[in-house]
Amino acid sequence: MKDSIREKLEILAESAKYDVSCASSGTSRKHREGHVGSAHGWGICHSFTEDGRCVSLLKIMLTNYCIYDCAYCINRRSNDIRRATFTVSELVELTVEFYRRNYIEGLFLSSGVIRNPDYTMERMVRIVKQLREVERFNGYIHMKSIPGASRELVAKAGRYADRLSVNLEIAKEENLKRLAPEKDHASVFKPMSYIAQGFLESAEERRHLRHAPRFAPAGQSTQMIVGATDETDREILSLSSALYTRPSMKRVYYSGYIPVNGYDQRLPAKQPPLIREHRLYQADWLMRFYGFRSDEIVDDTDPNLDLEVDPKLAWALRHPECFPVDVNRADYELILRVPGIGVKSAQLIVTSRRYHSITASTLRKMGVVMKRAQYFLLCRELPPQTVGELNPLIVRQRLINPPKNKKQEGLRTQLTFTFPD
Amino acid sequence: MTVFRYDKTFEGLLSALFDAYVRRTFPDQLIGPGEPAPLFTHEMYEVMTRTDAAERVWKGLEKKLGRRVCHQLTHVWLSEQAGGDELLMRYMHKAFDAPQSIAGDFTDDDVLQVKKIAQKVAKEKERLIQFVRFQKAGDGSYFAPVSPLYNVLPLSIGYFTDRFADQRWLLYDTKRRYGYYYDLQRAMEITLEHDEALLKGWLSEEMQAEDEKIFQERWQSYFRAVTIRERLNPKLHRQLMPRRFWQYLPEKR
Repeated sequence: MKDSIREKLEILAESAKYDVSCASSGTSRKHREGHVGSAHGWGICHSFTEDGRCVSLLKIMLTNYCIYDCAYCINRRSNDIRRATFTVSELVELTVEFYRRNYIEGLFLSSGVIRNPDYTMERMVRIVKQLREVERFNGYIHMKSIPGASRELVAKAGRYADRLSVNLEIAKEENLKRLAPEKDHASVFKPMSYIAQGFLESAEERRHLRHAPRFAPAGQSTQMIVGATDETDREILSLSSALYTRPSMKRVYYSGYIPVNGYDQRLPAKQPPLIREHRLYQADWLMRFYGFRSDEIVDDTDPNLDLEVDPKLAWALRHPECFPVDVNRADYELILRVPGIGVKSAQLIVTSRRYHSITASTLRKMGVVMKRAQYFLLCRELPPQTVGELNPLIVRQRLINPPKNKKQEGLRTQLTFTFPD
Repeated sequence: MTVFRYDKTFEGLLSALFDAYVRRTFPDQLIGPGEPAPLFTHEMYEVMTRTDAAERVWKGLEKKLGRRVCHQLTHVWLSEQAGGDELLMRYMHKAFDAPQSIAGDFTDDDVLQVKKIAQKVAKEKERLIQFVRFQKAGDGSYFAPVSPLYNVLPLSIGYFTDRFADQRWLLYDTKRRYGYYYDLQRAMEITLEHDEALLKGWLSEEMQAEDEKIFQERWQSYFRAVTIRERLNPKLHRQLMPRRFWQYLPEKR
């Protein structure tokens, strides 16, 4: 007997996989009597696909029928692909059974648009409602909010889901309109602001009534496609930094464009280099955890990220006047700006230096990448050659093309001082 | 060289520290029962494991270092690494002798070492939680084999009792040959006399629940379907999901 659910699962997972959001973090819920499961504050990845992305939630579409014809999307109505639709009970059973076997953290539900946004959204809400109220599912639920859905339905979805998301897809509106004639930015920003409002209202209510219902406690996220249109990294990053200032916006994802509809003339034929997506994520991390502003990472003179070096090193090379940083004296914020020192080692440095002064060998043991950091810091030892003494261009060259063998290195670094371990 | 012989239990280690303070000599080396003494032993002491002494030491540590750091110490113990006990002994000795907590002083090798090992163990615990796959047995209970690098099963039990509170399950460490069984009330440590059936890791078809195979197959197809073939990256895949876990993952069978 052929397993029809298995076939549907294949079709609809295939359709949903280009959505990059995967996080299952942001909500902690203990097990409650009579319910199934719990939620883990920092998220758990239960598997990893062979392209190296994590599988945390059952990322699936309710249906891949769609009335829209967006050029970048595999599910556009003019594509000739296999189509399928899950019934409520099928999808609910799959979620619970996978969950009980520890395959997944919960459900990530998205959908193609059928008839109109509200009709689609209503059917999605029916599934999460069934999961929460009938199956008493206590795990994580991430739900896509369909662009153009009404406030009432978004409010309902927020009651059941942990995280809601609306995809921005293309950073510039005219480009979005060119590729997806049925969409515009307003239809995306509206549900986004409904979610933000609901989030704030519920937080306010819970301040007075401890058991007031929560609204999308893990906030919202969004996604932009990179490389399908001509946006510069500066435009993308300034938009995401503006999004991060909004309440409830937790993550902006960047999805390197994959030519799934190669025949469309509006799209570039080639896939942009994967490294660009990677650099964007690095820049995103700098904004969220390292206290960088978007205009520090990219500016008018270099509107695109450097693909050869990471954005933090690029910033340091543009600003040699800020270095060297003395690890024994400088503030945490400054230490964090040294290339080769991450959040963890910066914290280790500031706690440890209260006991003893810090030397290069302790830095190395703490996990600082001295290969990069040596040009940018001072500790209580003979200073190595810093970026100010050398030229930023030379440092850049040395870091991009490290010497191939020991002999070459010996010839070149005769004058530098290397620290013994 | 001063050598202490103890019974290779955590309580034994704490008792050894207690005795060391009583005798005012600290061991340079720790050995287990039956191990031959090293060549240059000039003092040999047999530690008697005493619960009250161990408790006193532990309380003292908690007071001196705080709960979180003591948690690191248990992690290091569960790493089962050679020399781990001596590292702990040196660490605890330093902790008691120092006027204030040494926990933040990562310029000290032992402190940094303890932190690093504890981090590794915590990572392995996280991985165990990630990659456990339950199989449903015919009687409605769930079974999962594990074989972590370090002995992290006890650390992860909290997660399983919380998440799978309404189903009976058995987690069995096939390497160390013990496990935990949860009977809807609490998780109990068990050792089985005849565990050959479990050591293979997969329930045989007659032991499985009827629908188990179907869901495993569905999971396999799902896993295949979500892979983006344009972007295959086997190296990253292996980094994130190390090979030693694959034997018990239905999607990698």
